[in-house]
Amino acid sequence: MYSVELINVDKTYDNKQLVVKDVNITIQSGEFFVLVGPSGCGKSTLLRMIAGLEGISAGTLRIDGKKANHLPPSKRELSMVFQNYALYPHMTVEDNITFGLDVKKIRKKEQRKKCNDIAEMLGLTEYLKRKPRHLSGGQRQRVALARAIITNSPICLMDEPLSNLDAKLRAHMRAEIRELQRKLGITLIYVTHDQVEAMTMGDRIMVLNEGEIQQVGKPIDVYNSPANPFVAKFIGSPPMNLTTGLVNREKHHITLQDQLSIPIDPMVLNNIENNKVIVGIRPENIEISSANSQANLSFEVKIDHLEILGTETLIKFKWNNSDWYAKWHGQWNIDVGQSLQLQLDKDSLCIYDEHTEKLIVKPSNIQKQNVREGII
Amino acid sequence: MKNATAFQEKTLTQIDTKWRFVHWRSAILYLLPSMILFSVFLFYPLGKTLYLSFFLTDQQGVANVFVGWENYQYILQAESFHKSIKATLLFVLYTVPTGILISLFLALLANEKLKGVGFFRTIYSSTMGVSVAASAVVWLFIFHPSMGILNQLIASVGGTSIDWLLHPDWALVSVAVTTIWMNIGFSFLIILGGLQNVDEHLYESAKISGAGYFYQLRRITIPMLSPTLFFVVTVSLINAFQTFGQVDILTQGGPSESTNLIVYSIYREAFVNYQFGTASAQSIFLFLCILIVTILQFKFGERKVHYQ
Repeated sequence: MYSVELINVDKTYDNKQLVVKDVNITIQSGEFFVLVGPSGCGKSTLLRMIAGLEGISAGTLRIDGKKANHLPPSKRELSMVFQNYALYPHMTVEDNITFGLDVKKIRKKEQRKKCNDIAEMLGLTEYLKRKPRHLSGGQRQRVALARAIITNSPICLMDEPLSNLDAKLRAHMRAEIRELQRKLGITLIYVTHDQVEAMTMGDRIMVLNEGEIQQVGKPIDVYNSPANPFVAKFIGSPPMNLTTGLVNREKHHITLQDQLSIPIDPMVLNNIENNKVIVGIRPENIEISSANSQANLSFEVKIDHLEILGTETLIKFKWNNSDWYAKWHGQWNIDVGQSLQLQLDKDSLCIYDEHTEKLIVKPSNIQKQNVREGII
Repeated sequence: MKNATAFQEKTLTQIDTKWRFVHWRSAILYLLPSMILFSVFLFYPLGKTLYLSFFLTDQQGVANVFVGWENYQYILQAESFHKSIKATLLFVLYTVPTGILISLFLALLANEKLKGVGFFRTIYSSTMGVSVAASAVVWLFIFHPSMGILNQLIASVGGTSIDWLLHPDWALVSVAVTTIWMNIGFSFLIILGGLQNVDEHLYESAKISGAGYFYQLRRITIPMLSPTLFFVVTVSLINAFQTFGQVDILTQGGPSESTNLIVYSIYREAFVNYQFGTASAQSIFLFLCILIVTILQFKFGERKVHYQ
């Protein structure tokens, strides 16, 4: 299993605008690495550069420690699954799966044996003689997977492989791909715009925006302490609630919209250069205000919309001209239009510098959550 | 009460038939333009040809004596018609495969993503815009025994010049070369269109698998192009069977009937020899030939065609 290393990698098409800017990342061998970002952020371009389908404008690509900038795709020992699967429509499923072996002139008998093994693993045995157009979306997806893994390439690249499937199948295939990767131990680089896929599948994820790395880390770390407001908005559904705050240095607190004041440790306060900050909180950390709560962190809102999902309840309200969400465990009987007294959990706040958008204060109750997860 | 229901039913059926008539009438009206055009230019001439093929005619083409199958018997025994069939088959054999192979080659070249490829695409398809008469005249100059550029080229390399259009062995080849050149534009354009319809991801996937250019060509491009190629082959075959203009301008069927293709032979029979009966019989024969070839092609050729 090979590692993939990108060092100061740039990509430009017109020598003016950089589509991928100065990307530095080492993808460990055997890792499930997810590239995630909104459409047009350069994640597919990055993947195609690793595959060798696009040239690298500047920087170095190393595969298994060896420089691979100018290697043709076939010499990089990788396989790829495309968004539209790129199955050959005129060939049977069997021919599609064995295409890569046939190219390498492996004997027909061996091809068939390998094909049967993999078809069995992916539940495709009875479809081997069919043409791709006679298969459902999920089956085509499996054929594409089979074709990618039959060559035993140490690296597998996937470009939004689940985006053409319906929601239920997608959830199923997420687990299936993850299990497959674990079983084969291959290095898998996975591109998606869906943060749920990123959260649930990756060993590590890399959030990209406008060609630049925003954050790299374990999904849960990225979720808990997003490095900047973009990541905070992008990862998590519904997104993190963000608002601007003013730093009051004398009183050691941050005021939000002249309504709430968050007490801040004076030591931390010294680290804050700018007087304006962005304060964020995850929807699940907004609580219903109890009688003995700290008054300076509670506020009253009118509920605009409510979604009861069975295990949790999603509440939407307007606060200071922006849409905010709260997410509570259980089923809550709340009327739309009703007023509620809410409060922020002051230990769960993310505070960013408004100018540099850097994370200044991380939520401090993450540890508690980690322990709780461990027990479950 | 009973009367009322009966009355209602009656009006209902009346309305129904009335509406059906209105629908039918408007449908016919919509179809009328093409029906008139087809009737005047296709169905009537076809019927008339079939009719004439059973008659002896006078010089004005008026049917005089009913002779039954005699015209057919005559053309099937006539040596000049045998020669004509043989020339036509050879001509089809020369032009269709060569033309399509060249067009495919040019289309593959012009399908590459290169700077200025639009220029070459325009050039390669430009023969579509040249009329048969104009291009035949151009080739007449090229083939000219002494002044023609072809013989001058041969002479400059030190070869002996060839009487392209005047030698019985070369005349058919020369007409075939002209025809291939004229047909390339059309075939090229259609094949290029087919190539551009092939999903780029298929090639990328093949590239990652390590497939070389010719492997991709054999296992992806050609199969994906098969519907287009099938269409081009069918149209080219029919066109080749119906060649007339270039023969008329370049050789007039000569020398010694070596380029007397069927359509030209029909023309001579009817408008030079005034034998409208036998000319009609030849036309029907040609029609059946093309029909059979096309049916055979659909029956056997289409099996290898992959439709999306």
